[in-house]
Amino acid sequence: MKKESINVEIARTHIRTRRKQTIVAALGVTIGLSMYIFSSSLMSGFSKYSKTEMAKTIAHVKVYKEDQISKPLYNYADSGMVLISNPRTVTESKNINDPYTLLDKIRQQKYVTYAAPQVNVDMFYNNGESQLKGIGSGVIIADADAMFNIQSTMLAGNLQAIATNLDAVIIGKGVAEKMNVGLDDNITISSSQGIVKVMKIAGIFTTGNKSIDESKCYIHISTAQQFLKKGATYITEIYANIIDDDKSIYYANQLQQLTEYKVEGWETTYADTLSGDKIRSIMGAIIPTVILLVAGFGIYNILNMTIIQKMNDIAILKATGFAGKDIIRIFVMEAVIMGIIGTGLGLGIGAGLIKVLQHVWVGGPSGYFPIYYKLSVFVSAAIMGMVITVGAGFFPALKASRVDPVDIFRK
Amino acid sequence: MKKDIILSTKGIGKYFYEPVKFKAIDDISFEAYKGEFLTLVGKSGCGKSTLLYCLSTMDTAYEGQLYIGNELITGKKTDELAAIRNRSIGFVFQFHYLLPEFSCLKNVMIPAQKLGKYSYAEIEERAYQKLEALGLKDQALKPASKLSGGQQQRVSIARALINDPDIIMGDEPTGNLDSKNTAIVFDIFKQIAHEYGQTIIAVTHDTDFAKASDRTIELADGKIISHDLKFE
Ligand SMILES: Nc1ncnc2c1ncn2[C@@H]1O[C@H](COP(=O)(O)OP(=O)(O)OP(=O)(O)O)[C@@H](O)[C@H]1O
Ligand SMILES: [Mg+2]
Repeated sequence: MKKESINVEIARTHIRTRRKQTIVAALGVTIGLSMYIFSSSLMSGFSKYSKTEMAKTIAHVKVYKEDQISKPLYNYADSGMVLISNPRTVTESKNINDPYTLLDKIRQQKYVTYAAPQVNVDMFYNNGESQLKGIGSGVIIADADAMFNIQSTMLAGNLQAIATNLDAVIIGKGVAEKMNVGLDDNITISSSQGIVKVMKIAGIFTTGNKSIDESKCYIHISTAQQFLKKGATYITEIYANIIDDDKSIYYANQLQQLTEYKVEGWETTYADTLSGDKIRSIMGAIIPTVILLVAGFGIYNILNMTIIQKMNDIAILKATGFAGKDIIRIFVMEAVIMGIIGTGLGLGIGAGLIKVLQHVWVGGPSGYFPIYYKLSVFVSAAIMGMVITVGAGFFPALKASRVDPVDIFRK
Repeated sequence: MKKDIILSTKGIGKYFYEPVKFKAIDDISFEAYKGEFLTLVGKSGCGKSTLLYCLSTMDTAYEGQLYIGNELITGKKTDELAAIRNRSIGFVFQFHYLLPEFSCLKNVMIPAQKLGKYSYAEIEERAYQKLEALGLKDQALKPASKLSGGQQQRVSIARALINDPDIIMGDEPTGNLDSKNTAIVFDIFKQIAHEYGQTIIAVTHDTDFAKASDRTIELADGKIISHDLKFE
């Protein structure tokens, strides 16, 4: 059996003979860490939940034609003249050229799970006097449903109606309420190109997002092309889902190499919403970090007290041949022991809190509380716990190592 | 008989700066021999303790030179000095200064564990032997704080002896003891010096104690006034 070093043995004895203080010091770390784990997991659970909820109804990657800024017809830069002009977005056609070739190429990528074409139409819903501005998504419903899981948002009616029926429409719940129409009613829809159609409401959906529910409808892709007075190859957007919705920016860059059209990941499109999540998780981490710092001060204080009470012992150890660095090791070791106890308990309690919450039913679309074990949270908590305790122990230990035994023995 | 020098000083002096600059010891030069039981005496405040702390290597803020064996100690780094103390010097103080949380046995073992020359089992065995030699074998496993003053003092002597140091230093090692315990400590010191050839340097106020030692150095106002005080 390898005998532990005498420094460790002394540290352990100090800890054992002052259990109460050790536990008080360790508990500070425990509380801080379990709070940290709990709130970080909660935040990341919420973020993940809202992210998956978002990812459900939007495509991970979108290919579209970017608005272009008008360029001067002639390049004056070389001639030394300065041209002052108003740059404007030139709204040529939003059409993607040869969309089906591009769609095939996208579908061939290993990391693409689904890809679907779409034609978006700005439109007005009309019912007698009332008029509502909206947007129609012209889709091949089988593809779109596979991608956006539209079926799960359906409140009434039949999604498959728009697979074949060019005069069927599936409207958002908000549209139905505002226009005062229901399932199987007719609704008049007009596009800015002047096409007016009377369409049959084949279904009603809700996304949970009010502004979408109050504007959106699904129609057959050909219907959308008709609204725009365009042919069958007129596609405004290609949507694709990828294997990992957390890596949309990376895969968007991969896809970008296939085309000159703009490829955008959903995390770019919704950067604002996502940064809100980020701020929320930072806020959630601040309080436990403060608690941890306070716990660090607790350990600092207790070790400081220990050292003041143990001046004689330190002087004896030094007189009998312990060097300054041994004294530092002894007291840092004590902090480490407190840290290990505190951190261990903190990780355990944090994990317990998560387990309890995972079984709390909150109802609604989220079901159980969205909180998960995340290894990175536990790892960073453990690192934080140990860094803070060792840091808090180091300074008293340094002070102890500087005790001059002669000063003590002279008294 | 040829006498081997184990410790010597050349012109050691030390100033204190608080409250005013003051030279507590001045130009101390002497030699201590192997196997010698040496005592330091003098009036209170004459600088005995101050000198002993310089000799102990714990105080490094002095002028002059200190040698242990043939090795110049002055100017060494504190970590080296700690190692030298661990190996070559044992201390016995007026107050017992044991580590209260540890058993007597452990108190004796700690300097040896620090030295790391012997295995744990050997150290334990040696510590028992030292305690036995001091009549404390049955107290070995008691916490140090549960012993009488005289017993504690003997434990601290056992601790001072555990690494078989060349020199054992004591600042009034019997200052706190009754005459019976003083006699015990005295006999132990004498035995250590004469049977094992270790050197004792002890500060004392006790004239009988000094009288019975091999040699007595007398200090007055920080200076040596006699290297071999004869008592009348
Ligand atoms: N830390 C200090 N600061 C200032 N002066 C000191 C300090 N320690 C000791 N002195 C002074 O140095 C002188 C020698 O003190 P020292 O303790 O060596 O005397 P001593 O001979 O051991 O006396 P005693 O027999 O009473 O123990 C005294 O005048 C004392 O006041
Ligand atoms: Mg003194």
